[in-house]
Amino acid sequence: MSRKLLDLWVGCFVALGLASVLFLALKVGNLSAANFSETYQVTAKFANIGGLKARAPVKSAGVLVGRVADIRFDAESYEAVVTLSLDGRYRFPKDTFALILTAGLLGEQYIGLDPGGDEKMLAAGDAIAKTQSAVVLEKLISQFMFNKASDGPSEK
Amino acid sequence: MSADNLVEIKDLDFAYEDRPILKGISLSIPRGKVVAMMGGSGCGKTTLLRLIGGQLRPSRGEILVDGQSVPALNNDELYAMRRRMGMLFQFGALFTDISVFDNVAYQMREHTDLPEEVIRDMVLMKLNAVGLRGAHALMPAELSGGMARRVALARAISLDPMLIMYDEPFAGLDPISLSVIGQLIRKLNDALGATTIMVTHDIQESLHIVDFIYFMSEGKIVASGTPDEIRASKHPFVHQFVCAEADGPVPFHYPAEPLMDEMLGKGTHGR
Amino acid sequence: MGGENKPSGVLLSALGTLGHHVTDAVQRLGFASRFFVMLLLWSGQSFRRINLTIREIYFSGFQSLLIIMVSGLFIGMVLGMQGYDTLQRYGSADALGVLVALSLVRELGPVVAALLFASRAGSSITAEIGLMKATEQLMAMDMMAVNPIARVVAPRFWGGVISMPLLAALFSATGVFGGYLIGVVFIGVDEGAFWSQMQASVDFRYDVWSGIVKSFVFGIAVSLIAVFEGYDAVPTAEGVSSSIKSTVVKSALAILALDFVLTSFMFREAG
Repeated sequence: MSRKLLDLWVGCFVALGLASVLFLALKVGNLSAANFSETYQVTAKFANIGGLKARAPVKSAGVLVGRVADIRFDAESYEAVVTLSLDGRYRFPKDTFALILTAGLLGEQYIGLDPGGDEKMLAAGDAIAKTQSAVVLEKLISQFMFNKASDGPSEK
Repeated sequence: MSADNLVEIKDLDFAYEDRPILKGISLSIPRGKVVAMMGGSGCGKTTLLRLIGGQLRPSRGEILVDGQSVPALNNDELYAMRRRMGMLFQFGALFTDISVFDNVAYQMREHTDLPEEVIRDMVLMKLNAVGLRGAHALMPAELSGGMARRVALARAISLDPMLIMYDEPFAGLDPISLSVIGQLIRKLNDALGATTIMVTHDIQESLHIVDFIYFMSEGKIVASGTPDEIRASKHPFVHQFVCAEADGPVPFHYPAEPLMDEMLGKGTHGR
Repeated sequence: MGGENKPSGVLLSALGTLGHHVTDAVQRLGFASRFFVMLLLWSGQSFRRINLTIREIYFSGFQSLLIIMVSGLFIGMVLGMQGYDTLQRYGSADALGVLVALSLVRELGPVVAALLFASRAGSSITAEIGLMKATEQLMAMDMMAVNPIARVVAPRFWGGVISMPLLAALFSATGVFGGYLIGVVFIGVDEGAFWSQMQASVDFRYDVWSGIVKSFVFGIAVSLIAVFEGYDAVPTAEGVSSSIKSTVVKSALAILALDFVLTSFMFREAG
């Protein structure tokens, strides 16, 4: 086989392979949309993050606007410090409310942002002051049962 | 040592694991001569060639090629030495995935920066010397045994080596191809001014073309001499070899206990 | 004599055989490691003379294209059917794209492509090198002062290492297309949901990239096993055929074991 033909076929092969990587990156993966070209980071403290994980989505009005970059434990306040990596195209007011929500009844946990009405916008490194922790199902159930128990002792 | 000897071997011992192959071999190969190493199958002739080529290391003794001690060479020096050696393997060992031309051109392309036109001329010259210039475009699989051997011969001499080694060049050839190869070995040695070591068990062909013969048996040199001396020799081993007798110093039977004992069940592996 | 028939003798000889197997295996492992180091040391030529490696990419990569693409397509179609069957029971057929893409990109792509690669390209690399050894071509090359590891082994190794990630990516891509074909075109899952859910859940750095890293590691493992088995083959027809078998078996085991190790490293945090 001549060298030219060999190079041609190998070229085809490599091009096909690279095209597949590109396809996986852009069409299958989220390199095009969700790996935001420019991001800024803000932090938020939660009393309890439930099952939130790093890289969980951050959504506002149901639209993906960022991802959880890092989760740490603050040994002084005994709270979870969550770093959010937000898309640089979107700005949120200072008094934005961050809550931990669950997608569906048993789905993944994510962070929802409810924009407030402040004129000043969040900048990189800022902290979100108003947060709501994850709803822990066990606590909810035990609360409900205690209420029931205190409501009607006669039923027992 | 004499400067007239290209290869000089002294007190050479070699063993695979703990199985001794060569025991105290000493010999010398004079420059410009064709020397045959002769002996029955499995007597260590091929091993001797590989020791000279540096592919094996001796357990004891000295191997000098052109004044350099082969076992003492490092990798680079050994490769530099091998560029000046040509070796023909028993069945040619041609590279089966490239053509006859590319086989002969192989070493020139690997070891020299010659332009392709020069290589082309040189390859065709080498192929012409073995009478196969017309076959340069064939693949090794399309060659007959004798032709493949000749191509391998052209490949072995492609860099004009000082030492050419042949491992059973006559094995499996018909009488005509055999004498063609024999003539070529002699002719190429003289034309290139090289030195030839030939390992073979074909006594009749060798007697025609070589200058000197060593006889080996069980890892030792048992006899040596020029073809005329060999023909006249009364040495029983040489006599058996030259006249191709089935039994003699080289026994017909593999060492075994007497047949009767084994038949009657006294053997060691019977029940 | 007769000692083997006593029970203690049988036990001892069984223990001896076992011990022999163990030391044999450890010795081979040692040789394989030394071989790998030699391979890396002699790899310079594979890149300086890139044509050698390109040739091997053609043989191991390009010639595996068909089997990789056809298998990828079928695996994707099966995933589409099975996935839809399960997901629609929970009313989440929209997540079909996620299921197909994640299983391909993270696991099936690298693993199945590597298994196919081992049996298609790995076995032929072993056969090629083994046959070159059996026909003394490697030894002849060494005698021509051309290092067989640099000239024959290393280009095949690097050709395989380069081809493997590309083949795995191609496998995943055709698989996703197969899933799309079944899910969207035949069954009628919403096309927008199929792609958007997929894109929302498949992360490039985390899923796609770790799949590529996996296939790269598999490429090293399979190529190393293939060239080593060829180089270490017993130089006979039976020896080569048993080496080919052992390439396929060992590659499969290595791929699955490495997959477990890599997965537990890469996705430990994912939960």
